[in-house]
Formats: sequence, C-alpha cells, structure tokens
Amino acid sequence: MNDPPSSDFGAASELRMKRLLQPLLALAVGLTIGLAATWAAGENPVHVLRILAKSAVGSRYDLGMTLFYSTPLIFTGLSVAVAFQAGLFNIGGEGQLTLGALAAAAVGALWPGLPGPWAPILAACAAALAGTAWGSIPGWLRARRGSHEVINTIMLNFVAAGLASYVALHLLKNPDSQNPETRSIGPGYLLHPWAMLGGAPVGLALPLALLAAVCVWVWLWRTTLGFEIRAVVQNEKAARAAGIDAGRIRILALAVAGGLAGLVGVAEVLGNAGRFRMGFSPEYGFIGIAVALLGRNRPAGVVAAALLFGALHKGAADLDLETEHVTRELSLVLQAFIILSVSAEGMWSWITQPRTRLQAKLKG
Amino acid sequence: MILQLLASTLRVSTPLLFAALGGLCSERAGVINIALEGLMLVGAFGAAVGTFAGHSPWLGSALGMGAGVALAAAYGVFVIRLRANQIVAGTAINMLALGLTPFLCKILYDVTGSTPAIPAGERFHSAPLYWSGIAVGLCWFGLKFTPAGLWVKFAGEHPDALESAGVRVNRVRWLALLLSGALAGLGGASLSIFLSSSSSRNMTAGRGFMALAALIFGKWKPVPTALACLLFGFSEAVQVRLQLQGVTLWGQEPIPAQLIQILPYVVTILVLGGFVGRSRAPKALGIPFCKD
Repeated sequence: MNDPPSSDFGAASELRMKRLLQPLLALAVGLTIGLAATWAAGENPVHVLRILAKSAVGSRYDLGMTLFYSTPLIFTGLSVAVAFQAGLFNIGGEGQLTLGALAAAAVGALWPGLPGPWAPILAACAAALAGTAWGSIPGWLRARRGSHEVINTIMLNFVAAGLASYVALHLLKNPDSQNPETRSIGPGYLLHPWAMLGGAPVGLALPLALLAAVCVWVWLWRTTLGFEIRAVVQNEKAARAAGIDAGRIRILALAVAGGLAGLVGVAEVLGNAGRFRMGFSPEYGFIGIAVALLGRNRPAGVVAAALLFGALHKGAADLDLETEHVTRELSLVLQAFIILSVSAEGMWSWITQPRTRLQAKLKG
Repeated sequence: MILQLLASTLRVSTPLLFAALGGLCSERAGVINIALEGLMLVGAFGAAVGTFAGHSPWLGSALGMGAGVALAAAYGVFVIRLRANQIVAGTAINMLALGLTPFLCKILYDVTGSTPAIPAGERFHSAPLYWSGIAVGLCWFGLKFTPAGLWVKFAGEHPDALESAGVRVNRVRWLALLLSGALAGLGGASLSIFLSSSSSRNMTAGRGFMALAALIFGKWKPVPTALACLLFGFSEAVQVRLQLQGVTLWGQEPIPAQLIQILPYVVTILVLGGFVGRSRAPKALGIPFCKD
C-alpha cells in the first residue's frame, strides 16, 4: 500500500478489495496449514475435510449445534470488535462471560418462581450488567490509572474464574450433583429450543445475538457517540480538541464490550444448561478475538466469522471418533493459524508486492 | 509444617521463575510475551516426551527447551518478521500450543489425555530448583553488567538509538525471544518432569499468565520478579495445603481456597494501577521495529 493511488475511486475500491480478500486469504492459509498437519499425522486431508463438513452441517441437528456454538461467538466477537473500534484489546471476554452466566444463573436460582416472559428478561439483564461491571473495571483502570487493559483483562479472567468457582461450590452449590455447578434455575427462565433444529439447544439467544450485531452497527456507525468512539482511535489529539473525553470513551467501550460478552450467559444458562457450570466455555472469549479479527471488527463480518468458527468447532468434535490419528483439538490448531495469518500485517504486502520485496532484496 | 510449606513454596515457584525470567528477556527487548503460557505448555510436553523416550530427564529438559525455542521462533516470524500485532499473535500461539499438544500426544501415544507416566527414577528431584536460582543470578548479572544486557534494554527502551549505534535491533529481539522460549520451555519442563510425572492437556493452567503477572509485579527487574514468583508460589502452596486439610483460621468455616487463588492476580492489578508502588513497562514494548 505504499504506491500513491491513481484516483480516490481506485484507492477506495482497492481498499475494499483488500478488506474482503485478506480474511479469505488468511482462511485459505490457515486451512491449508491445518490440513497439511492432518496429512503429516497420516490422514487423508480430503477425508478430514469431508468429516468436518458433514459433522458441521450434515443434518438439522448438526446445523443446530453449529448455530449453538456460533451464538456465544457472535457475542464475544462483537465484544472484542467494539473494544477494538475504541483502540482497546478486550482479552477479558472469558471472565466477562463467566460472570454474566453466573449472574443469570444466580437470579434464576434465587428467585425460581418468577414466571416467563419477565424471568428470562430479568436474567438477561443481570448477565449483561455483570459483564458490563466486569468490563468497566479495566476500562476505568486504563482511563484513570493508565494501566494496560490487556494485562488487567487477563488477570480479571482468573479472578472471575476464582469467584465463580467460589459461588458455585459454596454459595449456590447444586446439592444433587458432584460437579462444580450451581442449583437449577426456575422453569420460567428457560428459553425453549426450536423444534426444527432436531433438538439442538438453539432458541431466542440466536436472534438476540443477531440483534446485538445490528445494534452495535447502528451505534458505532450511525450515531454521534459511535463516531466519537471511532474518532478517538483515529486521531486522539483532534478528538480531544473537539471536546471528546477519551477516558470516558474508553470506559464506555470496555463496559459495552463486557456487557456483550456477559450475554453469552443467556445462550448458555437460559438456552442450554439451566444452571451455571464451571468450565462450560471452550474458550469462547479467546476464540472471540479470532472471530473479531477475521470479521475485520465489523458486525456483519463478526457474524460471518462466528458462523465459520462455530462450524469448525462442531465439525472437529467428531474427529476423535471418525479418524484414527486426528483429535478435536485440530479446530484450535486451525483457528490459531487463521489468526496468525490474518494478523500478519507484513504478510499481505509480502504476497501482493513481490516487486518491492525484490527491490528490498537487491538493496540488501 | 512451616518448613514443609517453605519447601513446597520453592518447588511450585520453579516453573514460574523460569517462565517469568523468559518473559523478562523478551519484554525488556521490546517484545510482549503473552505467549509464555503456550511456550511453557510445549516445553512441558517436549520434556515429557524426551524423558519417556530417552529415559533421562536431562535429555527431556533439552527437548523441552528445544520445543520452547521452536514455538518462540514461530512467534518471532510473525511478530518480528511480519510485524503482526504481538497480543493477537501471542494469543494465537497459546491456542496453537493448546491444540498442538493433544494432537501430537495422540499421534505419538494414541491417547489425548496425557503422556505416559515417567518412573520416579527418571525424573528430576531437586535439580531444576537450583537451576532456577542460578538463572535468576545470571539474568541479573547479564542485564546489569554485560553489553548484551545493555543491547536488550536499549532494544526495549530506545530501539532507534541502538540501531544508530550499529546494533541490529531486530537481531537483538530475535535472540532475546529465542532465549525466552528456552527459559519458558524449561519452566514447562520443570512442571512435567520435576513437579509431576507426565504432561497433560493444558497442564500449565494459567501459570504462564501468572509468570507474566509476577514479571509486572517485579517491575520487569530480575530480582524483584523472582521475589514475586516466590510470593505467588507461596500463595499456591498455601492453597494446596488448604485444599488438602481445610485449615480453619477464623470461626468454623474453612478458608475458601478460591479466594487465595485469586490473590496474585488482584495484587498484580493493584500494582499495575499504581495503588501499591508503580510498575512501568519498557517504552518500546509491543512496537514492531521497522528501519526507515
């Protein structure tokens, strides 16, 4: 991107091209390396790919499970994307969603008699609020104490896990189970799964996630506040001159990011387990980083990437049984390579500009 | 009881010490090391595989270090050569280690849970404990009194000045990062062939991040970082003891182990926020160096 563009129109379309092509390229590179690894392990990569596809969308139930895994990823992907639009890294999705789920389960366990439709609304608000509170801590620390949100969110993930296991093991322990989990929530809270997906636990949480994506888009790209948030990243000095309080914006962005991650609790507790279970999340918070990155931090991109990673997660689940040498952890390996290739700023120019590369080499 | 507690503090601090020193090397040179967790994990796996195959913990720890160096090299290709964002790439490296270790375990031993148990005679009994002490001393000396230490500090604080003095910044960062991989790998090795007898899925369980916390708590300096590791190790030792015995200090309720478990992280947040002392990161930390 060093060459001066011939015209504004050319530059814009080139940029759009790059935005679309870069994630696709990263996807291709990630899949190629991952499948090459299965080949090295002694499997036929085509066979592995076929299992992945069949297990992800082979039946209504499989498709439902893919959507079930995608729903939390939409929330955590949006969470990372919102923070990123404000120039912040939210590595704390895991902690925020843990506390969101815990809050939803606590409301449901403490007032089990509450009737629907109010019960799930109340629990959803509790989940969002808990996530918001947890997210605003690193936001406040960054804005007012100057400490980096990356370290703070990582530390808060562990603090959240400790607090949650304390609550699940001591305060709200499920007396009927040996597992670290809370008591069941009242029946009025449960979101019923749609029958057309063959019993997969997908219900209202999915449209809620899509609604959240639309809200984020409207908020960030169609309101003044959203403009202010994005302005702070692009030019903090100018933003400050325009009277925007960058600190307040940072707190707000991480608070909203936390709330979005907290809503994972709706999908898990109200839509699936009916209680809080320790370790329910297969690293949704971290995969959310990959989702946001691959979706280029845009709501529509996040939804698309979440569907893809949901499919990858569900698809890989059957690898343990259906292949001899490959395990379900292949999905983690694939995701890691996809993130690495999409994050490598230098790679794009390295591939698209062989001319400059050659020149650089000649210069020594 | 006190003596036992101290002894177990030293033992559980060993992996933290190695990993935190590893993190110190790369971060002082300007490369963020969120990937410590993953480096430790492959180190633990490599060490278990090497010890099981070669019947020698020495061979095992060499392989563990090699695995750490290899993964650190992969990380380096992305963050130094291709200028990827260090936090994003570090997260990806952690994911890769988390996925790759069971993947390889399945290929090698046809199980995904953990590597085969190593008999007691082939494990370390105290050696890594002494090494970790020596490593702290070497790190302190190297950083303070050698030209290489000076280069590392300049690479992290004023890379431009270093480059104009004729030292290649990215070369210094590469070496610091590879050393970081070796140390973190050794940290993982002490987890799998010193503190336990095999390598299991996600056996580091956040120790890489705890080492990172100790590094920040120790203000990116070797001796304070080592003390922070010991403090965090102490809290882990106390917590294990509490879980075993359920000690009651006040009233009838046993002290909940989970609340002690979160203490190191809370302390780190407080220190980083300037509530208890102040910790300042190297100036050029996380900024890729590009010669222009």
